[in-house]
Amino acid sequence: MYKYDEYDHAMVAARVAEFSDQVKRRIAGEITEDQFKPLRLMNGLYLQLHAYMLRVAVPYGTLDSRQMRMLAHIARKYDRDYGHFTTRQNIQYNWIKLEDAPAILEDLASVEMHAIQTSGNCIRNISSDQWAGAAADEITDPRPWAELLRQWSSFHPEFSYLPRKFKIAVIAANEDRAAMRLHDIGIQIVEKDGQHGAAFYVGGGMGRTPMIAPLIKDFVPLADMLSYAEACLRVYNRYGRRDNIYKARIKILIHELGADEYRRQVEEEFKHVKSLGIDPPKAEFDRIAKQFAPPPLDASAPDDIDRSDPDFAVWVDQNVAEHKVSGHAIVNISLKPVGGIPGDASSAQIDVMANLGEKYSHDELRVTHAQNIVLPHVRKADLYAVWQALDAAGLATPNLDLISDIIACPGLDYCSLANARSIPVAQKIATRFSDLGRQKELGELKLKISGCINACGHHHAGHIGILGVDRKGTENYQLSLGGSGAEDVSLGTITGPGFDEDGVVDAIERVTDKYLATRTEGERFVDTFRRVGMAPFKEAIYG
Amino acid sequence: MKLLTGNDLKTGFVTWWTGADWSLHIEDAADVGETGEAILAAEEGARRVNAPYIIAGEATPDGPRPAHIKDRIRALGPTVRPDLTLKPADPAAGDWVI
Amino acid sequence: MVEHIHSDGEEPAVTLDAFLSQSNATAVRLEPDEDARALIPHLDRLALIEVAFPKFRDGRGYSSARILREAGYVGELRAQGDVLVDQIAYMKRCGFDTFAPEKALNPVDIEAALARWPEHYQSAADGAVPIWKLRHG
Repeated sequence: MYKYDEYDHAMVAARVAEFSDQVKRRIAGEITEDQFKPLRLMNGLYLQLHAYMLRVAVPYGTLDSRQMRMLAHIARKYDRDYGHFTTRQNIQYNWIKLEDAPAILEDLASVEMHAIQTSGNCIRNISSDQWAGAAADEITDPRPWAELLRQWSSFHPEFSYLPRKFKIAVIAANEDRAAMRLHDIGIQIVEKDGQHGAAFYVGGGMGRTPMIAPLIKDFVPLADMLSYAEACLRVYNRYGRRDNIYKARIKILIHELGADEYRRQVEEEFKHVKSLGIDPPKAEFDRIAKQFAPPPLDASAPDDIDRSDPDFAVWVDQNVAEHKVSGHAIVNISLKPVGGIPGDASSAQIDVMANLGEKYSHDELRVTHAQNIVLPHVRKADLYAVWQALDAAGLATPNLDLISDIIACPGLDYCSLANARSIPVAQKIATRFSDLGRQKELGELKLKISGCINACGHHHAGHIGILGVDRKGTENYQLSLGGSGAEDVSLGTITGPGFDEDGVVDAIERVTDKYLATRTEGERFVDTFRRVGMAPFKEAIYG
Repeated sequence: MKLLTGNDLKTGFVTWWTGADWSLHIEDAADVGETGEAILAAEEGARRVNAPYIIAGEATPDGPRPAHIKDRIRALGPTVRPDLTLKPADPAAGDWVI
Repeated sequence: MVEHIHSDGEEPAVTLDAFLSQSNATAVRLEPDEDARALIPHLDRLALIEVAFPKFRDGRGYSSARILREAGYVGELRAQGDVLVDQIAYMKRCGFDTFAPEKALNPVDIEAALARWPEHYQSAADGAVPIWKLRHG
């Protein structure tokens, strides 16, 4: 994985010094909260319901064990012994003191980590496929491309006061594990005439007005990628709406202009930007790519797994995925124990995962947008030992992609923007469907919960989505069906009137019963919904 | 009644105006009546509070109770982590929020 | 060289509309929603372009500045309005060379802000050599 050189170290150190100075001036009263807010946000520091919250960047979701241990250390030393992994492959801490923030950033910098641009109206952490470098279906590792974008977007002088936040994802497989087309820019690395290039999808997003990004350019050569991104951003910075925060994302600009007109403007800007020579040479890409060289995996390692322990076998079937190298596997660690808080992990659990990553996964771990953790390069012969250690730490829930593998935003329990709580609903659903046999019978079912219209819990992209709203001071939950954040991307449709907390759990049970009664052999929930439409489900829910 | 709340600048903790100072405990909160805006401006200016705002509440035998669930969660702590609230030993504390 | 306060007795900057309809002005003021490219045919007779920042959160002026420098403008490029000390390093990178903040800035803070960044990841309008170029000679 990518290692900092002297330049990267110096840049992060400068940022730590800058933010320490800004915190000092804020505490001394030299700047107002209004002036400080955008500065702290660009360093990932929010003011939330109970305290400050710090969001630490995990670029494209990749970590080594030393970094993972540092995340545990920060939870232990500065927070309340746990962290929350987010849908942008980051981690956030809920109980941070402003006066501790500079020391935390210094600790992070010591392991080549930071909180740069994890919030604010700037280019946010670049996200990617959590199986990058290991997935059997990828054409290349997308992370060198993501790292090139990370460096270009860090402290970008022109794009740090955009109309609104800006999120970029990069993938290189046909299976989309990163919700690529629900990003401001989604990049898919594709192959043409033996060369890799970037397909640019621009103007997707969730939030109040969900949109699927249209294809703006089918193939941008590596040598032009940053110029093309710069052109996309410049058109947005100049013409994106600034009169209404809810209409300020690039998706609204592209929707109002039309994809063709936006493309025309970008192409014109690109012609100009390309002449400025802002693209690094291939040697720089090669320097980065070399650091993502595949680990030395032995393809002759034994390919069979001893499944004699039935609990282990259940976990292997559900949570272990195919690796591109024979004799190896991708381990998905679920952070969704029944009744737990989706995405939360204690310091002790984070340390356990760090140790397993070091010992069994070539020192690599990944954070997924579904708020789980991945050990990307595990020998099949080691799976049993890994499972035993996970099980002992309460980390072996075999529910990947099942109904209890719920994405949930922090909701009104933590977030000052939320209108309703998300976590208690997730806990009730997971408890109602706690029987694993029942979950497996339902098969792949992606359930996603947001506690407000900002859609951090990706509810629009849930096979089943739940949106919490405030109805005259009372929490109310709207149900939607048929969304997907994967390669079959689609936006969910609202079923009808909302429910209270218990009501929405009952409604989901009626939906899943209807699915079981309606599906054809091997048909996933979302495919049944697409085949039969909303009407039968609506009838099942509302009678 | 009207209550004045915000966060401590340095720690970020939720605080309540007691009539003379700031407290972590809503039981100490005072009715600010129509004086909220003036106190808010003075206290924020002196950096004794961050991001303060005025909320509606009602006086109950157990003390002031914010009208909105959001401020009741702020007053207690996350409902999903009773151990991290201000009343970790009181299993019924969460009922006050709902 | 960066000057932080504009000189007295200079010609007042006219609006973009006024500039485009009168041929003798040498100073123009550009609002955030105005197209910097409208000035490109006239750059050689301009001595001052003042880019307005009515609110510090409105970042359109950063693009305006770069566009003007990229088009070859070499005269004074001034950021005026709600200009904060934590923004001037980025403004300088986008091509601004003078600043006229509504609220005076502390000179020590200005110096610290402008000296903050040892290098830069990307090239912009200030001529700084980007890190990728330093890496590859």
